Amino acid sequence: MAIPRFWREIQSRYNLIGTKCGSCGKVDFPPRAVCPTCGRRSVGKMQRMRLTGKGTVVTYTVVHDAPAQFEMQKPYVMAIVQMEEGVRLTSQLIDVSPEHVKIGMKVQATFRKLGQEGEAGVIHYGYKFRPTA
Amino acid sequence: MRDVAVIGVGETEFGELWDRSFRDLGIEAGLKAIQDAKLRSEDIDAVYIGNMSAGKFIDQEHVSALVADYAGLADMHLPTVRVEGGGACGAIALLQGRLAIASGMHDIVVVGGAEKMTDVSEVQAAEILSSTADQEWETVFGATFAGLYAMMARRHMYEYGTTREQMAAVAVKNHKNGALNPEAQFQKEITLETVLQAPWVAEPLGLFDCAPLSDGAAAVVLCEMQKARKFTDTPIRIAGSGQASDFLALHDRRDLTMMDATVVAGKRAFQEARLEPKDVQVAEVHDNFTISEILAIEDLRFVEKGKGGPATADGLTALNGKISVNTSGGLKARGQPVGATGVAQAVEIVRQLRAQAGKRQVVGARRGLTHTLGGTGATAVVHIFERGD
Repeated sequence: MAIPRFWREIQSRYNLIGTKCGSCGKVDFPPRAVCPTCGRRSVGKMQRMRLTGKGTVVTYTVVHDAPAQFEMQKPYVMAIVQMEEGVRLTSQLIDVSPEHVKIGMKVQATFRKLGQEGEAGVIHYGYKFRPTA
Repeated sequence: MRDVAVIGVGETEFGELWDRSFRDLGIEAGLKAIQDAKLRSEDIDAVYIGNMSAGKFIDQEHVSALVADYAGLADMHLPTVRVEGGGACGAIALLQGRLAIASGMHDIVVVGGAEKMTDVSEVQAAEILSSTADQEWETVFGATFAGLYAMMARRHMYEYGTTREQMAAVAVKNHKNGALNPEAQFQKEITLETVLQAPWVAEPLGLFDCAPLSDGAAAVVLCEMQKARKFTDTPIRIAGSGQASDFLALHDRRDLTMMDATVVAGKRAFQEARLEPKDVQVAEVHDNFTISEILAIEDLRFVEKGKGGPATADGLTALNGKISVNTSGGLKARGQPVGATGVAQAVEIVRQLRAQAGKRQVVGARRGLTHTLGGTGATAVVHIFERGD
């Protein structure tokens, strides 16, 4: 992936920046220019906001057959997390063994290395989730 | 809108076809369909090609002109269109071909679908398939295509009590059907134990819960209904079509155990055809993973929501069951050359409705349905076919 392509998304990947619709109050992540509920009424009213990072596991999988970039990490847990603000996102779950993951589990976002561009390339960072202490 | 019928079908064998190129496959399927329709080249008005990712799989774009060229049609300077829509591209190409005739612009259109997937490594091929999910907000974090479907499966198990055995029953059934299809990639029956004991791909999906990587192509000839009767006694009419889209990323969808795009596309197709799910005897649905077929038969209302697992395990969707699903072997056993899928499904339904499906013939089949997905359900296409005689 070209460096600018990752760099453009750093705000949301590092700090969980999403948007809140000024019309209906619904929160989206990543930021959207148009609210999926309000459509045109929301244009120009989408306010940036930072998610708390607290959420609940809605569903999960243990990935055994991984892309080259994740080969060293397999098996690893991926989950869809419902954030406190209502919006959902997809992320890796860490600091928990696969057999202890449960639907409904409380999790918290944390800052981690996501991957890198080959042996000597740029390192990508972003969010992963771990069980709430 | 003018009525449109299928008057010719053709497909290659599906599988790991090391000795065959993309062009070989596209042309074989196209020529078989043209021959089946007893057309002359000069009868053709346009060519539509469903292809997901020739750019990534074989480093070749502009495959619409390429296929027409190698099919010997270059001198006719036909309009050629390549359609992309993830795994649904073949079904969308079929819909576009239908619209071109229904509108009155064309009378006869060839619709093809093709993919050559084995010229790249398996890991690369899996990554290319994943690119139909959200690359910025799903796969970059480590989500795989199988992993995303696995998360739907896990949630379906949680909400409806669906079991691994019920999902495995989809693979067992489709391999059983595939064993009766001489063009299928896997013509061998498998047992429930084989599916359950296979290595994990993404829990709760194992290797036999996943459709294979394949090379292959399929084609149909579409014709305006009045004219169609000059070519065949059994034109197969397209009675209804529906296409729908949804959020690209799985996590943004309203319900993780249901594909709204399938529900809406199905409703639109049934509404146009003025038919109900009970009027259909045979269906080809998008079983890229076992859970996908369970979701499809529920979302198309062949069975009650949440009952797809038990229905499959009880044989309701077996050959000549309440509704025969994936008689070709489906993506699981017939194979999954992505771009070919939607067209190959139509080929199977046409054969069933013409009573030319050999050992896997559904008795008394008069109406059939195809259901095709793009990505993890951000696109769905449904076509309903019926005998026009």
